[in-house]
Amino acid sequence: MKKTVLFGALTVAGLAAGMASAATLDDVKARGSLNCGVTTGLVGFASPDANGVWDGFDVGVCRAVAAAIFGDPTAVEFVPTTGKTRFTALASGEIDMLARNTTWTFSRDVDLKFEFTGVNYYDGQGFLVPKDLGVSSAKDLDGATVCIQTGTTTELNLADFFRSNNISYDPVPIETNAEGQQQYLAGACDVYTTDASGLASTRAAFENPGDHVLLPEIISKEPLGPLVRHGDNDWGDVVRWTLNALITAEELGVTSANVSDLSAAPTDNPEVNRLLGTEGELGAMLGLEADWAKNAIAAGGNYGELFEKNIGENTPIGLARGLNAQWTEGGLIYSPPFR
Amino acid sequence: MSDMHAHSAAYVRTETLPELPPPASEAGVVKWMRENLFSSIPNSILTLVSIYVIYQVVTFVFPWIANGIWNTASLAECRTVLDGATGACFSVLSDRWNQLLFGFSYPPEHYWRPGLAFILLFVAAAPVMFFDLPRKLLIFTGIYPFLAFWLIWGGTIFTPLFALVGLIVGYIVYARFVKQSFAMGFFGGVVAALITWFIGGYITDAIAPAEPFLEAVQSRDMGGFMLNMILGVVCVSLSLPIGIVLALGRQSDMPIIKWICVVFIEFIRGVPLITLLFVANVVLAYFLPPGTSFDLILRVIIMITMFSAAYIAEVIRGGLAALPKGQYEAADSLGLDYAQAMRLIILPQALKISIPGIVNVAVGLFKDTTLVSVISMFDLVGMIRGPILSSTDWNGVYWELFMAASVLFFVVCYGISQYSQWLERRLATDHR
Repeated sequence: MKKTVLFGALTVAGLAAGMASAATLDDVKARGSLNCGVTTGLVGFASPDANGVWDGFDVGVCRAVAAAIFGDPTAVEFVPTTGKTRFTALASGEIDMLARNTTWTFSRDVDLKFEFTGVNYYDGQGFLVPKDLGVSSAKDLDGATVCIQTGTTTELNLADFFRSNNISYDPVPIETNAEGQQQYLAGACDVYTTDASGLASTRAAFENPGDHVLLPEIISKEPLGPLVRHGDNDWGDVVRWTLNALITAEELGVTSANVSDLSAAPTDNPEVNRLLGTEGELGAMLGLEADWAKNAIAAGGNYGELFEKNIGENTPIGLARGLNAQWTEGGLIYSPPFR
Repeated sequence: MSDMHAHSAAYVRTETLPELPPPASEAGVVKWMRENLFSSIPNSILTLVSIYVIYQVVTFVFPWIANGIWNTASLAECRTVLDGATGACFSVLSDRWNQLLFGFSYPPEHYWRPGLAFILLFVAAAPVMFFDLPRKLLIFTGIYPFLAFWLIWGGTIFTPLFALVGLIVGYIVYARFVKQSFAMGFFGGVVAALITWFIGGYITDAIAPAEPFLEAVQSRDMGGFMLNMILGVVCVSLSLPIGIVLALGRQSDMPIIKWICVVFIEFIRGVPLITLLFVANVVLAYFLPPGTSFDLILRVIIMITMFSAAYIAEVIRGGLAALPKGQYEAADSLGLDYAQAMRLIILPQALKISIPGIVNVAVGLFKDTTLVSVISMFDLVGMIRGPILSSTDWNGVYWELFMAASVLFFVVCYGISQYSQWLERRLATDHR
């Protein structure tokens, strides 16, 4: 008898869980805010400022999604996650989406049952070495001590790279980027390896950035993007097309400065009209207001603006667009059409 | 006689010689140095080496601190101002002190609330720590947890109020029935308290004003040193009574109680704290139905309390084992029952012996609270490692931040250890 009750309760709980995850958008709307998982802090991508307001490139994606749903970019609860807690936080429903420079890999998509909704930054793993080391290629690093963040794909890539080149290394495990920076500067390791974007921002914070070089080898593909749980395609669409809206906006020249003018009345360009909701029913198909994309763009600007403001060449991090330029300019950033 | 002396000796000094100073090598600084620093060749070498090291450290550290910059807006500005000279960039402390102390999302206009709770903590702890104070102050100690909760978390005052009322009702019922049987009193008290809380919950929902006097602050907005203090104080004060119960339970003659205590203690001691924290943060989230938010701080408090209670239980068991058997027999021969014997004879002595061990656990526990930074809570260390070091302004400032953190922790831990030494002296009824 007791067992039956217990199993019954479990079934109900399971059903409730299934139902809850089947309509994330409704849950978010009912809650009145989006729970967005971010890093505990990564320069340029996500960190709170002196007033405790989150800012950064990944944070921009969260704010755009919140703006698309509520018309209010501040309707976000940021849930900081570490490399170890991020996936359980998403799987357990503690957060609705994760925008935490997470690499899109086969096993994360398929085995961990997540849905990557696009790529907002194409990264790759690089090596940072002191100039004094006199190394010009990563293949000269035989026997080097390498600072490496545990629990990330970089760890596995590193092992693959050294094994395929038949050279050895000595890993120094670290927990966070800040720790890696410190260990590297203190000379605990000869080489610091992580995503090239992270290395660039790390080097920018050094007292003498010129004394350190990034080696030319990029040993991995690291497409970073926001992700959601498997099984709720409607919600996945909201996140995917919000990101696409930002990318398309840059392609079409819609910026945070001119978005309100362009959306006031239909323009000559039908795709701009469809994007901004002055023509067609795209917003309603997503279950959002007609001006969802306008709000998303107005929140922090289009993709290019977010990039320039947070990690672009005029910031201390100083990343060039490179692979992350629009496809029309030789990059990989490409959005399917809005029609 | 004096004449005879005067004539029998050729010369007699009539006045005493003035006292000469002792030889230079046998007095003052020189003597001290000869004896303590240069008493042999190896010692002299060691002294010289030490002086050199101290010189190096001081000449490096002193300008670093003295040249410290306190008022720039970013590390890059610090470096411009210093212009290559050695100097610390303390500006990060003046810029982000509030985040270090309170976390980055506690509303700044309410900083006075945790501040006041912190000051009142001393008032509440005083009668427990210093026995000479009037016993009536203990009433405030009893109210303090609810008051502090209300101050720090805010929200409606009825929540902590009904929690307090529930406890009081439970205690009254317990006191009424315990004369008949302990079990009846205990379970009656628990049931009465639960009923009061249940009813109180409804009443709170009904009458709580929409705009409470103190604005509510979410648990996830707690951070900084405040979070370390909350975790440390709550867990130490909860784990002490639980630890005593566990220690007594482990010595019990009743097999079920004994084995429950043994299994609990051995299991918890055999698992690293960080594992328990991961369980609290990650694994529990899978088992709870989605949407239920079982407060993360509460989960962490439960785990840390269990952890330290197991250690304290073992420390106290050491104290119990150190008491001569005669003490137990003396208590029995006076006709005291178990509770009286423990309360009046055994525990006062056992706890006194255990003080250094308990303080050791408490200090260790307080420092262990920084481990919560691994499960993405922003305690003092989490604040430093996460938000502050990852801001574009302060990326790369390490020494200044971690020095500040060590100073804060040192002050608290040294305070605890000084208190425990005072307590040992105060309680020295001496077996010597």
